[in-house]
Amino acid sequence: MTYPIVELAGVTKSYGEVAALRGAGLVVERGELLAVVGPSGSGKSTLLNIMGTLDRPTAGTVRVDGHEVARLSDRELSALRARTIGFVFQQFHLAPGVTALDCVAEGLLYGGRSRAERRLLARRALVRVGLGHRLDHEPHQLSGGEKQRVAIARAVAGDPPLLLADEPTGALDSRSGAVVMRLLRDLHEAGTTVVVITHDRDIAASLPREVRVRDGHIEYDTHQRPELEGVRA
Amino acid sequence: MTATALDPVRVPARAPRPARLRPVDVFRVAGSGLHSRPMRVFLSALGIAIGIAAMIGVVGISTSSQEELNRKLDALGTNLLTVRPGQSFGGGEAHLPDAAEDMVGRIGPVESVSAVGLTDAKVYRNDRVPSERSGGIGVYAARTALPATVGAEVAEGRWLNAANADYPAVVLGSAAADQLGVHDTGAEVQVWLGGRWFTVVGILASNELVPAMDSAALVGWPVAEELLGFDGYATTVYTRAAETSVADVQSVLGATANPEDPSAVQVSRPSDAIAAKEATDETLAGLLLGLGAVALLVGGVGVANTMVISVLERRSEIGLRRSMGATKGQIRTQFLCESLLLSALGGLGGLLLGIGVTGGYASYQGWPAVVPAWAMAGGIAATLVIGGLAGFYPAVRAARLPPTEALASA
Repeated sequence: MTYPIVELAGVTKSYGEVAALRGAGLVVERGELLAVVGPSGSGKSTLLNIMGTLDRPTAGTVRVDGHEVARLSDRELSALRARTIGFVFQQFHLAPGVTALDCVAEGLLYGGRSRAERRLLARRALVRVGLGHRLDHEPHQLSGGEKQRVAIARAVAGDPPLLLADEPTGALDSRSGAVVMRLLRDLHEAGTTVVVITHDRDIAASLPREVRVRDGHIEYDTHQRPELEGVRA
Repeated sequence: MTATALDPVRVPARAPRPARLRPVDVFRVAGSGLHSRPMRVFLSALGIAIGIAAMIGVVGISTSSQEELNRKLDALGTNLLTVRPGQSFGGGEAHLPDAAEDMVGRIGPVESVSAVGLTDAKVYRNDRVPSERSGGIGVYAARTALPATVGAEVAEGRWLNAANADYPAVVLGSAAADQLGVHDTGAEVQVWLGGRWFTVVGILASNELVPAMDSAALVGWPVAEELLGFDGYATTVYTRAAETSVADVQSVLGATANPEDPSAVQVSRPSDAIAAKEATDETLAGLLLGLGAVALLVGGVGVANTMVISVLERRSEIGLRRSMGATKGQIRTQFLCESLLLSALGGLGGLLLGIGVTGGYASYQGWPAVVPAWAMAGGIAATLVIGGLAGFYPAVRAARLPPTEALASA
C-alpha cells in the first residue's frame, strides 16, 4: 500500500501572535516534482520546515511517508528525517576544509551505515551530480553551482524518497541555477519526489505542479484539493 | 478547528527508530569538530595541560625526592639506634651506667654496639690559638668499633685501632678537619688538643646519618681517660639492630641501658630525624599542588568557554545535522565528546610535560625520576571529569537548539 509522501491538512503555525501558516492543506504524491512559490514572508519556509518535520504545526495534521508527525517523538522524527527526507538549502551548509566526498558521506552518518558504505554511496552520489572529478575538492575550491551540487549529492546519497530544496538556486547565477534545476529534474525522473521552495515565478512555472503560498495559506495549486484547507484563522 | 479530510483509516506505520552511531563515528565527529579550529583547541587545551603538568610535576618531584631519600636511607641503614642520657629524676645531668654498652649488646637482635663519650677537652689548630676560640668542635672518646656501627667512612688516613688508641692520636670529622685547616694526615700533622699535641691519623667522610660525627674530634678511649680527664661514661651509645626488630629493640633499649631509671635515657632513631626533616617540605608540596588544582580549574573554565562559543558559532552545523537525522542525544554526545577529547588532549600534553619537568629536575638534582602511576591515572581522570563538566552545559544547549532556529541563523 502506498500513501502520499506528504500530507498536510489544516496546518496552522503561529509564533505568538503571528501566524505563519493558517490552515494550509497540501498533498504531495510519490514521484511528484512541484514548486512551492510565494513572496518572502508568505509562509513557504515554514511550510518547508513542517513538511521536513523540522518543526511541528500549532494545529492541523501532518503525515510524512505515512507517519503522523504529532505522534512521533523527537527521536523518531530524527530517524524519519535520516531515512526519508533529504534537504537542500540556499546557503549550501558545507563545512570548510572538508572534501566533497567526506561532506557527502557525513550526510549519511545518522542512517546507521558503516563508514565504508557511506563513502561508497557518497562517491556514487557525487558522480550522479556530475562531480566525479571533484571528490577531493574542498568548498573553497568549488564554484557556487558545484557547491550546491555537492549539497544535493549529500541530500540524495541515501536515496531518500523525498527531497526538499529551499531556494536551491537563490545564491546562484542563472547558468549555475539552470544546471541545478536540470539536476533536480533528473532526480525526479529517477523516482525521487522533489519539492522546490522558491520565490522565482519562472522556475515555479517551469515545473509540473505549482503551489502558490500567500499570507500563510495555499492561494493556488495546480492540483487543487479544496477539502484539505482548514478554517482560516 | 483542524479539518481532517485525510483518510483516517490507516494501518499505523511502525515508528522509525534512529540508528545508533558507532563509537568510532562518535569519536571521528568529535575529532573533526576540533580539527577545524586547531589554534583555539591548542590554547584551551594548554590551560588544562598547565594544570595537569603542575600537579604531575609536584607529585613527581616530591616522589622522586622521597625515592632519593629512601635510597639514601637504605644505603645508610635505618636500623641505627642511639641511646643518650636524659635528665635524671632529680633534674641533674644523668649519665649512662658503666654497663650500658654490655647490656645493650646482650639484646638478641642487636648486631653491633659502640659508643662515644664527650670529654671536656678542646681542640685547636695549634698552641697559639686563644683558648676561647675552640670553634665548637667536641672532643670525644670513641670505641674502636665505632665506624662499623655508625657507618663512618674514613676519607683520609685510618681509624683508631688497638695500637694507636693508647697514644695521642685523633681522627677528625669532616667539618672539624675543615675548621682546623687539616687536609691530610700523618705523623707531622698535629693539632693542639687538651693541652698537648695529638697526631691526626685520620679524617672521616661526611656522615649524613650521624651529623654529630662531622664536627667531632675522636680519640681513643684509654687515651681520653689517661690524658684528658675523661670520666669514662659513654654519652652516646650507638647500636645496629636486625632490620626486622628495630622497633622492638627501640622499645626495650631505655630499660636495658639504664634498668634503674629508664626514663633518664633518650632513645632515638637517626633515620627518623632525616625523614622528618624531609617531611617538612610537604607543606610546600601541598601548596604547589593547590596551585596546580587552581590552574586545572581555570583550564576547565577555558574549555567550557571554548565549548560555549563553539556551540554558538556552529548553530547552522547543528541545524544541518538535525536535518540529516541527528537526534538530540547524538548532538549532545557530539559536543560532550568534543569537550572530553579537548581536555583529554590537554591532560595528555600536561602529563608529558609533567613527566618532562620531573625528569629534568630529578636529573638536575641527581635523583631517580619517579612519577607514580596513581598520579598519572588521577591526572587523566581529572581531565575527563573536567571535560565532562565543562562540556555538559554547552552540549545540552546545543541539543536543545530547535533545528529551524539553528538553520535560520546561518
